[in-house]
Amino acid sequence: MSARAPADAAVADVLKRIPYAAYLGARADQRGDELTLVLPFSERLIGNVALPALHGGVVGAFLELTAIAQLSVSGKLDRLPKTIDISIDYLRSGRPVESYARARIVKVGRRIANVQVEAWQAERGNPIAALHGHFLMPNGADA
Amino acid sequence: MSQDPPPSEPPESIRERLITMMRFTPHAHGLGLHVDSIEAGRVWGRVAHKPELIGDPETGVIAGGVIIALLDHFCGAAVMAALRAPQPIATLDLRIDYMRPATAGQDVLVMAHCYKVTRSVAFTRAVAYQDDVDDPIANAAGAFMMTTSPFPGGPMP
Repeated sequence: MSARAPADAAVADVLKRIPYAAYLGARADQRGDELTLVLPFSERLIGNVALPALHGGVVGAFLELTAIAQLSVSGKLDRLPKTIDISIDYLRSGRPVESYARARIVKVGRRIANVQVEAWQAERGNPIAALHGHFLMPNGADA
Repeated sequence: MSQDPPPSEPPESIRERLITMMRFTPHAHGLGLHVDSIEAGRVWGRVAHKPELIGDPETGVIAGGVIIALLDHFCGAAVMAALRAPQPIATLDLRIDYMRPATAGQDVLVMAHCYKVTRSVAFTRAVAYQDDVDDPIANAAGAFMMTTSPFPGGPMP
């Protein structure tokens, strides 16, 4: 197994390694063990021009990406976890501003991780969407 | 709760509306989502393989997030194809089960079905697949809300 970069570099690496994360424009802000993903607004993320609102798929993808990034960082994984299932609740329309998301790892078993994620914009207390899902861990929890 | 159905929109008009919806939705256009065929309440389509949509560079497999956007978008399109007249909608929830990774470098197809429309909610399911619809990449179930607020920018194109 190759030497690992420090945790801060690792999360940036995880996002850089994912072409779709770069396409969305998502970046990571890590303070200690607290990871926040940041999604700056861009025209191409729009799903409804009239409102305007972020595409539901963008919001869902951003939540899933946050779960994967958090699992990769917390588990110091060499390979990305794979999504088994996700359930997304859309709570408010995503306005054309910067969005943030944080994941909470509810449980990591030997093979499966259970994760909850919330995304918000201007106000942390008014989330725009929430996700809970199960992910398959590539090297197990003890990796 | 019975009511006389209003005259339904001709299929050609629904088709045009969905294609316009793809073209004028920046994210759908950016991903390259494409409508292949339409029936009442059912839409078939695809997302073409592109390098920027890869989720795992080691395998070259398309990102799970693209599958989310594809399923969300076509579930919404299926609602449009089930409505008798254009109406703004918003995703309420979306559940996705991933069966297997997509084969790298290949388009991902989607089949979406809106199987029930009530006054305020529409229920959909969809499947993402490649060669065989019976060997799915992912299954989705989504509920959509009929938004009552009129669009500030005018009616749907």
